[in-house]
Amino acid sequence: MSTIDRYSGGSDELSAPEELPDRFQNPGLPPHRPRRGDLDPRADKTSERIVLALFGLSTLGTIGFLVAYFALPTGTDAGGIQRSTMTLGLALAFALLGIGTAAIQWAKSIMNDHERVEERHLMESSPAVREGAIANLEAGAADSGLSRRGLLKSAMIGSLALFPLTIVVPLIGNIGGNWNVSTFKHTMWKKGLRLTTDPSGRPIRAADVTIGSVVHVIPDGLDKAANPMDEKAKAIVLLIRLDPRDLHEADDRKGWSYNGIVAYSKVCTHVGCPVALYEQQTHHLLCPCHQSTFDVANGAKVVFGPAKRPLPQLPITVDSEGYLVAQSDFHEPIGPSFWERLR
Amino acid sequence: MKALAARRHDRRAPVVLLLLALLLVGGLYAALQPAPASAAPQAASANDVTNGEKLFAANCATCHGMGATGTNAAPSLVGVGAAAVDFQVGTGRMPLAMSGPQAQRKPVVFTPEQISQLAAYVASLGPGPAIPTAEQVDASKGDPANGMAIFRTNCAMCHNAVGAGGALSQGKFAPNLWSTSNTHLYEAMLTGPQSMPVFNDANITPQEKRDIIAFIRQQGGTQPGGLSLGSLGPVTEGLWAWVVGIGLLIGAAVWIGAKSS
Amino acid sequence: MTTTSTTTSRRTATRGSQGPAAASADWLDQRTGIAVAVKGLARKIFPDHWSFMLGEVALYSFITLLISGVFLTMFFVPSTNEVTYNGPWTALQGTRMSEAYASTLRLSFEVRGGLLMRQIHHWAALIFMAAIVTHMMRIFFTGAFRKPREINWVIGFTLLVLGMAAGFSGYSLPDDVLSGNGLRIAQGITLAVPIIGTYASYALFGGEFPGTALIPRLFTVHVLLIPGLLLALVGLHLAFVFLHKHTQFPGSGRTNTNVVGYPLFPVYVAKAGGFFFVVFGVIALLGATMQINPVWNYGSYDPSPVSAGAQPDWYMLFLEGALRLMPGQTEVVLGSFTVPLNIIVPAMILPGILLGALALYPFVEAYASGDHREHHLLDRPRNATFRTSFGVSLLTAFFVLVLAGSNDLIATQFHLSINDITWTFRVLLFVAPAIAFLVTKRICLGLQRRDRELVLHGHETGRIVRFASGEYIEVHAPLDEDERWLRVQQEPVRPLQIAPAEDSRGVRRKGYAADRRRQRLSQLFYEDRVEPVTPRELAAAHEHGAHPVLEPAEEAAQISAGVH
Repeated sequence: MSTIDRYSGGSDELSAPEELPDRFQNPGLPPHRPRRGDLDPRADKTSERIVLALFGLSTLGTIGFLVAYFALPTGTDAGGIQRSTMTLGLALAFALLGIGTAAIQWAKSIMNDHERVEERHLMESSPAVREGAIANLEAGAADSGLSRRGLLKSAMIGSLALFPLTIVVPLIGNIGGNWNVSTFKHTMWKKGLRLTTDPSGRPIRAADVTIGSVVHVIPDGLDKAANPMDEKAKAIVLLIRLDPRDLHEADDRKGWSYNGIVAYSKVCTHVGCPVALYEQQTHHLLCPCHQSTFDVANGAKVVFGPAKRPLPQLPITVDSEGYLVAQSDFHEPIGPSFWERLR
Repeated sequence: MKALAARRHDRRAPVVLLLLALLLVGGLYAALQPAPASAAPQAASANDVTNGEKLFAANCATCHGMGATGTNAAPSLVGVGAAAVDFQVGTGRMPLAMSGPQAQRKPVVFTPEQISQLAAYVASLGPGPAIPTAEQVDASKGDPANGMAIFRTNCAMCHNAVGAGGALSQGKFAPNLWSTSNTHLYEAMLTGPQSMPVFNDANITPQEKRDIIAFIRQQGGTQPGGLSLGSLGPVTEGLWAWVVGIGLLIGAAVWIGAKSS
Repeated sequence: MTTTSTTTSRRTATRGSQGPAAASADWLDQRTGIAVAVKGLARKIFPDHWSFMLGEVALYSFITLLISGVFLTMFFVPSTNEVTYNGPWTALQGTRMSEAYASTLRLSFEVRGGLLMRQIHHWAALIFMAAIVTHMMRIFFTGAFRKPREINWVIGFTLLVLGMAAGFSGYSLPDDVLSGNGLRIAQGITLAVPIIGTYASYALFGGEFPGTALIPRLFTVHVLLIPGLLLALVGLHLAFVFLHKHTQFPGSGRTNTNVVGYPLFPVYVAKAGGFFFVVFGVIALLGATMQINPVWNYGSYDPSPVSAGAQPDWYMLFLEGALRLMPGQTEVVLGSFTVPLNIIVPAMILPGILLGALALYPFVEAYASGDHREHHLLDRPRNATFRTSFGVSLLTAFFVLVLAGSNDLIATQFHLSINDITWTFRVLLFVAPAIAFLVTKRICLGLQRRDRELVLHGHETGRIVRFASGEYIEVHAPLDEDERWLRVQQEPVRPLQIAPAEDSRGVRRKGYAADRRRQRLSQLFYEDRVEPVTPRELAAAHEHGAHPVLEPAEEAAQISAGVH
């Protein structure tokens, strides 16, 4: 293996033939180039005045900020809030940029600009220090008797390894709420539950759904559920009416639609965004997050994008008053895939 | 003038009567069936209908067929209603300039009078949604808060949260809504042009449609936080952070690192 | 005053002779011995270069984040309790929303200067991440991560990851529809983890999605946990910079065993201190004029709505892009268990590879070069051909993913089909980094050759000279010492040589296969290179070039370049 020196400092060995070195020599620091201010006292004075002016600008900015703060109410409309935000912000920017540019201008044009050289030293400690450190550790280990009392060492390691359980166990026990992960497989849809519009909550009469319509649906009584948000996150449905001539249904799903009206889960089978962009002419449903595209006319199968599975279909029918109701819950878990979804 | 108009009216009285009867039947049908016809169409004179028919034959029939019954190239317009015509022609989408993923907003070809004649003709073919009244699209009478609630559930996924527009599949897109007139907004919801689904009055009530219009009319103007950057969300914000923010700061760093003259 | 004087007399003496500043310094030093540190650090030398300021941009935007963040915590309420809004924003009046969202609106619209502080905070976060990335690019392309700075590279990498976590937890706090859908995506990704997915989701959300636990949890993570870690690691990062002393670019007088520049006090106190105000000022300028994250447009979180243009902040876009590009057919079912590779690959494996390559690069390079020396002189990027090409190629992959994460906006802004764009990026993700690698390599080697040319033959002067023989030639002016040194100072790194497979007795030695692999890697890194000019080569070039040129004495024969 390579054995390169630890230090890569300019190697200045001379090679014998032709008496030319293998490498060029570092020519050393170039001479200092004086600034105008170093030579001309008037230029120096000008630099000082610029710095003074910048500090002054900053003070004006601060005063302007305070004046704006007290004089400008935010008001109640977009214009008033914008006026207040912009005035305060610009004044603040002046106050800050004034200080910043003044300090930098000072450093660049007035402060001594002779470059200085500092030596570097190897990071590693000298062999003597290393040996001292090892000796100290060995002395300490001998004092503790660690090497002779094996049982003591095991007991110490064991108790140290075990005690975090007192924190981890209650944390894991509680962090997941009731840990009832079977909730991923069910929604609040059940036989006879009415479909209602989101967010108004009006029940939907089948006759009111014209061809080409899309209705965003939530289950009836959602706001009275124990955790309405959690239930809504699973139960949102998209109701679409197609011309029955365009609708191709699988044999086992023929009874799941009503007069060309189909209902599909609105939760994407990819990572769970609401899939809601319905293109009436192509019957395609597009997810705005990752562009998975589902064909509503063909059982909501995926035609493009990162999703694999079709959207789960909610079997629907009408009740005695002509309102759309669910036949049952979904027949499969809605939303993104997870390990045990088929079990 | 008056006399001339009156005489002409007289001469065509039977036609007018016939058309009025048709309209009445159509209007009744529209009112009785659950389809979205919110108001009786504005009284279209027979004159409008015939002029409209001429315009249609000259400009639209190539694709939509004589009698607007549709061809392979374009759908039938029987029953689409005056609202659909007013929207499609009134926003310049029709007549179609060239085939593309979708018809786009362009300079309007016809005068408002011609548009109303075309609308009257198509409305005469079969009952359909009528052009909304000024009252129905009066943004000042709407509740923008309710409009936002309806808009974000039904519209924002395509048109973006404030109506700035967004992408659909295969080159289609949902347009920006800020410069669309109140009437055209209403008509689009009612008729579902092109890719857009239909939102009939049972799904989004006329009151809710007006609320949505009130919400849209608040958008696209002065923003509380300064420049809107197109209201397109985090991507444009990130772009500006890099271009303006990092740009200015690297500029400052170069100034700091440069030797003073 | 003598050292033997009593404490009493000394106290009297100091009181009499010192001003208030000196007296406080004395007070402090008697209790801390701080003079040792001040003596050692006050005149510590830092080299000057604009690119050494990029890390400072990150540091100062972090301080800006802390200042504006403290302001925001005074008004933000991390709670998902439902309230009815009755503030000034008409488009939300009377609607039900979470307290987190309502308090964000209150601090934006009703607290004077509140919106400014919110916008400063959010812009500062974007700048913070952008500055970390540009700073890392500087470190990477100049080789500043080499021994002894590998640990600091890993700390910096950890800061990058923590910064992403800080940003994600922060922009999710207002509980608006946009960030809520981001959380829903995060939940979908969590669910995809094999075996424990559903449990991991429950652990994250304290139950079902969205639940009520997440916003308070995110708040704690965002204002306590991550800032605490960031502060500690930033402190460590800076301590290492002091310990190692700053690297410097090669140049005359600059060697691997010195550092040339200006003292901390006063020059860098003024420059760096002033730069803090410039960074804060520029961020204030952004916050004053450009609207960012207008949560009032999105509405309070509700699982049903979603808005077109649903994207995360820019530093998470590469993940979003990876999710968008992955074809869905890759979800597989093993027995009765579902393994959604269409999520696992783009959301876990691909970022793991890209970020892992970034984090581990210094160690791989050290292994390939077999170089155990300390490096305090930076490489000019052209001279590290493989590293520069690899870095550009990695950046290209990130960039393609960022663009893929913005594909819907590209579609609408440039009137393209989103499906075509997605397919293009699917191909580009593999093709573009490869092309970027090859092109960068060509450019690097070309620049190195040009350096050689310059050193050997000097600058073109544009002066055409005629030889006594009648031949015309352009006069080349030799480089001055400083120009030449910059182009010849680098030490060429050559591929590793390994011991032969068999020893002198023909016995195959142990470990040869591993050495061979290492050599192949080394060849990949260093096979293609241009060696710097040696003094001998220069002398030889001068000899060959020593035509009997008509020297200035015979200027009459000279034809200026402008004439022909």
